[in-house]
Amino acid sequence: MPDAQEALVAFEGVQKTYDGRQLVVRDLNLDIARGEFLTMLGPSGSGKTTCLMMLAGFETPTHGRILLKGTELNRVPPHRRGIGMVFQNYALFPHMTVYENLAFPLEVRGMSRAEIETKVARALDMVRLPVFGGRRPAQLSGGQQQRVAVARALVFEPDLVLMDEPLGALDKNLREEMQYEIKHIHESLGVTVVYVTHDQSEALTMSNRIAVFDDGVIQQLATPDVLYEKPENAFVAQFIGENNRLTARVKELDGSFCTVELEDGQKVRALSVNVSGAGEITTLSLRPERVVIGPGQDFADNRISGRVEELIYLGDHIRARLTVAGNDSFIVKVANAHDHVRLSQGSEVPLGWASEDCRALDAGVGNAAPA
Amino acid sequence: MAHELTTADGVPLRISLERALLRSRIRAALLVVPLMAFLLFAFILPIFDMLYRSVENSIVAQVLPETVVVLRDWDETGDALPDETVFETAVADIQAAFKAKTLGRLARRLNYEKPGMASLLRKSGRRSLRITEAPWSEQLIKIDRKWGDINLWRLIKRESDHVTESYFLAAVDMRLDDLGAVSWQPENRQIYLQLFWKTVWMSGLITILCLLLGYPVAFLLATLPLRTSNLLMVLVLLPFWTSLLVRTTSWIALLQHEGVLNDLMVVVGLISDDGRLQMIHNKIGTFVAMTHILLPFMILPLYSVMKTIPPSYMRAARSLGATPFTAFVRVYLPNTVSGIGAGSILVFILSIGYYITPALVGGRTGTFISNFIASHVSVTLNWGLAAALGVILLALVLALYLLYDRIVGIDNMKLG
Ligand SMILES: Nc1ncnc2c1ncn2[C@@H]1O[C@H](COP(=O)(O)OP(=O)(O)OP(=O)(O)O)[C@@H](O)[C@H]1O
Ligand SMILES: [Mg+2]
Repeated sequence: MPDAQEALVAFEGVQKTYDGRQLVVRDLNLDIARGEFLTMLGPSGSGKTTCLMMLAGFETPTHGRILLKGTELNRVPPHRRGIGMVFQNYALFPHMTVYENLAFPLEVRGMSRAEIETKVARALDMVRLPVFGGRRPAQLSGGQQQRVAVARALVFEPDLVLMDEPLGALDKNLREEMQYEIKHIHESLGVTVVYVTHDQSEALTMSNRIAVFDDGVIQQLATPDVLYEKPENAFVAQFIGENNRLTARVKELDGSFCTVELEDGQKVRALSVNVSGAGEITTLSLRPERVVIGPGQDFADNRISGRVEELIYLGDHIRARLTVAGNDSFIVKVANAHDHVRLSQGSEVPLGWASEDCRALDAGVGNAAPA
Repeated sequence: MAHELTTADGVPLRISLERALLRSRIRAALLVVPLMAFLLFAFILPIFDMLYRSVENSIVAQVLPETVVVLRDWDETGDALPDETVFETAVADIQAAFKAKTLGRLARRLNYEKPGMASLLRKSGRRSLRITEAPWSEQLIKIDRKWGDINLWRLIKRESDHVTESYFLAAVDMRLDDLGAVSWQPENRQIYLQLFWKTVWMSGLITILCLLLGYPVAFLLATLPLRTSNLLMVLVLLPFWTSLLVRTTSWIALLQHEGVLNDLMVVVGLISDDGRLQMIHNKIGTFVAMTHILLPFMILPLYSVMKTIPPSYMRAARSLGATPFTAFVRVYLPNTVSGIGAGSILVFILSIGYYITPALVGGRTGTFISNFIASHVSVTLNWGLAAALGVILLALVLALYLLYDRIVGIDNMKLG
């Protein structure tokens, strides 16, 4: 975690309600370090845009404060915050050319004509659109408009740039290309970026840290690898990457591990992450690539069997869908190596995994409280 | 070359396609036939009729058919009266016209050109019956000395053409003098140019008032939450549900000398009882009532344009460092230009031809050109002049429309 001194942005106990009845953001505490690429990731309606709008100054927090470089922002109007912003629909001004769009933030800052010209040229170069200055936004493709929007948010050299699902309207190939470009610009300029998306692969490839939002609360704030490998609750485990979930009851806690009983009575061992005592209902989270078919002696603690329901051939690996302990969507990835196990539909196969790969998390929203 | 493609039964593809298209075209045309017929009789033909009436001038040739023929040989540029044959023919024509009761129409027509002609002709009608033999000219001049005025004969000869420019000249305060040259009307008879100008500037001011009052309302309509804006929209449209006459007369009730507003100001002590303000039957009345009545026509086009402007434009401008004012002037306003144009041209055109409201609340100073057109149609019965004024008004509106097309582009106009 970045310490308070070098935090560029700090949310302190921020709450937000639009209608006075329901909290859209509940007690948000978040420090964003200078130069960081922080992504807010979460399902639709989880309050990401609201957080961004409060930071940009278009919404006021109902409670709590937001600090930018140590100064409280609550009373600073948007135009004096000096925060660049990229909107989902780009929000390029249709009556201005690309050049005029880029010159706008510089003109309102009263820069000289010559200065504006060099800065705009540099910004257009940066997004690889040097000859498009004379065009209107409507004469550009979606990807080009996106680049202009990025250039416009950066041309006045803000310390902080906010992007609200900037790639939402682009097709998959262009998205990936733009992800790379934005990442590249971030690295070369050293600017701090707060990025909003509900696409988890986008978040994983681009960010230094990801804040996973759900229901107005940050569920977990961590680097992409930690988020993927060490999810702290059932929501994060399910939301990030592919995940096998098994519902179980805790039998016994011993140190950092626990023994749990699956719905069909089989017992396995798991890393106890989010369980506090025996008898509790827990959700086991297990990444498909960590499950081994026909395990050897190393996985003696976690040997159970499953029935193969479906096999999908994907070239480099084979996706197998199994029924395991009552869960009929248990996925296993079998690498297409030369000596891999031959599976056949309908057969029972032994499965296993390392205890530290199986994380015992909270009960999750789908599971009833213990009886 | 490859042989021509045919359908299964051997008809060339191109021909059967055309047949199919023709059928759908005919069907489409049939759908609009009732409207086209209605427009033809209610709109297009009347316009042509108006154009025709503004130059039509067959009355002189109809009422004095023989005189007109014999006058052709007379040289009106000299200073000799026409000869005896002309007088003889004229007497015969006048007698015939008197019996046929067509003399009155001629009298009215010629009186437009030269005051006094009406009484002259009416006087001459009955008395001319007494003239049965030569000397024709002497006896006619005895009935009225004016028959010996060479300018009278010049006028008759000039107006014997089937078309005349004199209505248009009159509509712009000009006339043909005795020698047939174009000149200004005498100072005290010049009214129409002033009236056109007054109509234009008052309409312009009404348009500006509508824009100033309507812009913020349209902005609210476009940006408020749906439930509030629907209510506001009902309020904007409310005037459309009440009669125009009701709205206009209620302004009279509010603004008149003993009206609500004056009473209120007297009670509050703002003005004394004999210092009541004259707010109706003058220009103020026209401004207030017209602005009120035309306001929705400004708000609706503005609203439809503003509705399409995403709120993110203003936010983007603010985040880029623009103050609310700069963001409005440089980003919001330019994006509403097409709505401003559409609303303004709509209000201006409606206003410039408005009749009923200025007639009711305009008094003498706040009336428009259309009120004069109406009075020429129904009171003075000078349809030719009414038509000429109407044509000029139509031309003015068309010119404005073209100008707008040049500057903003009609395609950019959004009316709702
Ligand atoms: N202006 C507003 N007035 C009232 N409620 C709002 C407003 N804006 C957002 N909300 C509500 O606040 C909640 C969070 O909205 P927000 O836009 O922050 O979600 P989000 O995480 O950005 O979702 P998405 O991924 O769909 O963009 C939603 O339930 C939404 O209905
Ligand atoms: Mg959002």
